[in-house]
Amino acid sequence: MNSALLELKGITKRFPGVLANDNVDLALHEGEIVALLGENGAGKTTLMNVVYGLLTADGGSVLYEGKEVRIKSPRQAIALGIGMVHQHFMLVEPFTVAENIVLGQEPSKASVIDFDAARSFVNDLSERYGLRVDPEARIQDLPVGMQQRVEILKALYRGARILILDEPTAVLTPQEVRELFSVVRSLVEEGLTVVFITHKLEEVINIADRVVVMRDGAIVGETKPEDTDEAGLAKMMVGREVVFRVEKPPSTCGDTVLTVQDLVVRDSRGIETVRGLNFDVCAGEIVSIAGVSGNGQAELIEALTGLRSVSSGTITLKGRDITHASARGSIEAGVSHVPEDRLRRGLVLEFDLAENIILGDHRQAPYAKRGIMQPAAITRTTEERIEAYDVRTPSIRVTASTLSGGNQQKLILARELGRNPDLLIAAQPTRGLDVGAIEFVHSEIIKERDAGKAVLLISLELDEVQSLADRILVIFEGQLVKEFVAGEATDEELGYHMTGGGGRKLAENQAAGLADQQAEEGMPHA
Amino acid sequence: MPERQPVETVVMPSKVGGIVEQIALPFISVVLAMIVGAGIILIAGFEPVPAFVALFNGAFGTPRAIGETMLRSTPLLFTGLAVAYGFKAGLFNIGAEGQLFMGGLAAAYLGVVMGGFSVWINVPVILVAGMAAGAAWAFIPAVLKARVGAHEVITTMMFTFIARYLVSFLVSGPLKAPGPVAQSAQIAASAVLPKLHDMLGLPPSRAHAGFFVGLVLCVVVWLVLKYTTLGYENRAVGYNPVASETAGISVSATTIKALCISGALASLAGVTEVLGLHYKLFDQFSAGFGFTGIAVALLAKNHPIGVIPAAILFGALSAGAGTMQLQADVPQKVIFIIQALIIFFVAAESIAQWLFRLTRKEVAADAQ
Repeated sequence: MNSALLELKGITKRFPGVLANDNVDLALHEGEIVALLGENGAGKTTLMNVVYGLLTADGGSVLYEGKEVRIKSPRQAIALGIGMVHQHFMLVEPFTVAENIVLGQEPSKASVIDFDAARSFVNDLSERYGLRVDPEARIQDLPVGMQQRVEILKALYRGARILILDEPTAVLTPQEVRELFSVVRSLVEEGLTVVFITHKLEEVINIADRVVVMRDGAIVGETKPEDTDEAGLAKMMVGREVVFRVEKPPSTCGDTVLTVQDLVVRDSRGIETVRGLNFDVCAGEIVSIAGVSGNGQAELIEALTGLRSVSSGTITLKGRDITHASARGSIEAGVSHVPEDRLRRGLVLEFDLAENIILGDHRQAPYAKRGIMQPAAITRTTEERIEAYDVRTPSIRVTASTLSGGNQQKLILARELGRNPDLLIAAQPTRGLDVGAIEFVHSEIIKERDAGKAVLLISLELDEVQSLADRILVIFEGQLVKEFVAGEATDEELGYHMTGGGGRKLAENQAAGLADQQAEEGMPHA
Repeated sequence: MPERQPVETVVMPSKVGGIVEQIALPFISVVLAMIVGAGIILIAGFEPVPAFVALFNGAFGTPRAIGETMLRSTPLLFTGLAVAYGFKAGLFNIGAEGQLFMGGLAAAYLGVVMGGFSVWINVPVILVAGMAAGAAWAFIPAVLKARVGAHEVITTMMFTFIARYLVSFLVSGPLKAPGPVAQSAQIAASAVLPKLHDMLGLPPSRAHAGFFVGLVLCVVVWLVLKYTTLGYENRAVGYNPVASETAGISVSATTIKALCISGALASLAGVTEVLGLHYKLFDQFSAGFGFTGIAVALLAKNHPIGVIPAAILFGALSAGAGTMQLQADVPQKVIFIIQALIIFFVAAESIAQWLFRLTRKEVAADAQ
């Protein structure tokens, strides 16, 4: 192999109380895709932030083309030809694509920005790498996948030879992920080096030429995708065997817990995004709403949890009408909610763990009596729940912001499940979590089901839907277009209906009868 | 939009210092302000050391001076607490001055008409009525904020203008006492807040019982924030309204409650100035206490207990300024510069933080 383009030797980085990078050696060669794999908190991002000049290492050296360099700022990194696309984009939202790309290095004529030149630069770059994007569009109007392309173009415009992508697929739909992968491949064909930070095993197998696995701040192994499989990678990453397929006994459907009839909900713009939903969930059953993001799932969840008013139709919980219940009424009626956006909606990050554990129950005994909080009871409950849900923390008095992503989600589960609800609504419950935490969340959800709770799972991850659900309802443009019993549908069939392939809504399908179902790709019956 | 917070939690250095740092930083800011203030005094052609000695004497040198510091701290305890309480709910009550005026108005009116009862009835009733007036004055901006999202910085500020000119009109018209001066009639002796020296048998000073009301209230507000569901919801909404809403906390109701409570606290500054010091109402009865309260809250880092030293500091600066001019010949206005410098250094916290870390590092290095 040719000599390394960039070489890290003995990089060490400490944060107070944490050794984020421990004597890390890593070499990057021209024209390769290196996946940097590890659980959240393994030190992947820290290492790349050192390379990009956002952090200064406490020890070790960086060699670029064999010469030692000291990268003290992103500006220096860019000058060397290192570009980084962060998980959270750094774009000026009201600006256009072209303006964002040239920002900081604007082509100019006599100190006036030459927008024509900027546009043509952008067009040339887009064409060369197959990164189609309208240079005139404003960032705020673009979907996340497009914004990510803008970030990549920005790095290319600045002459990047090494492109670092930090968890680039975390915010993308499956379709966008495929597009990103083909872009990355074309970049590498042009001689670029791409570092792909991820904790998703499937992606690593698909895209990487070489996989470097990190755990607890150190590199624990290196391999090639063809020499391993997901189980092997997971073992390296977590340090133990990981169960992928969730073991669950068949469901025993009890009384109907949730009934949704003719539900119509409008979004904030006044557009009907939930358009006449009918379904129910019984005790001891996991029903999954599968669909592409933006097909009414968000509004459905908000309506069910009392966060958004219902335009028409009814929601019934255990025979009680909760159509117009407030968020508080919904919680008190027995609905627990694990929200999709856990940092914004699920937790008060500045509150300590105890304060977060009682959020939503904070008015009720034993946590409060006549408006006075009961610290002893709160502490006792918090300690029990932290133990029961395996939240790893030095103390219950630290703020929720100090926990890792997986532990934050466990904290939310500890609150929402510890409340002993009748219905659990879990939205994207494992998004952004590492395999260990995913395993835990899945087993907790199944425990709830087996304890006779009704579970409504809303997820974009087909794997998750397939392995957890007892029944799958496919939502498309605010309507249920297809229903499957567990094990009945392949991913392709689900995908087909999620993208509107079925064309008709469920009620019509049901009316059309069995013949219709059998006609469709000859699916097996459970 | 993607979430803003990083998924991989980076340990933020600013969280590390903990409570020691939280207390040390404002203190360092004050010291820095004093040092830069000394430089300014020097450049202006005066001696900084005698100036500061005179300032200290004027604030704490004699029992009378201490009383004067307490007197001047009193309204700042209330307005500082009011602003801090609002901040805890994520609200910037910039209109404490207006609520203070409404409290003063209620006190001046009731102090005259309630003359017939005993002081034990009059004072509590007027305190409560004044709080009601302040809360009512904050209620309209609060509802506008909760229902239509009108920003409280604009609305409470505008309500301050209305309150000031309303008082201005009333003391020169309907409530004007006979005589050449535009002021209200003197309140009844049975509505006067007792002087501290009468209560405690101390050497005479102008300090009154309002100071203790303020101290007690700081503790009460701290307990409310920490140990009641009201305070819990207030803080939850201040930190994260979206998560609060999801947990069934009404963000609009909490906003309204918080701004009204803030208004009630601010109004007590006006009530105690009338009942304890002036015994009447006039145009300029507040020296901008509502606005100084913002600086007090800032220095206190919005902690109700922190309001106590912060208010006393600003009270002491104001009490000592006269002595400084008299004894060291340094203009009183220099005090305003020092006050501004304190605010500057508190706002630019990273300067104090840097110094704090520096001393820490040296300590650590010495220990090795």
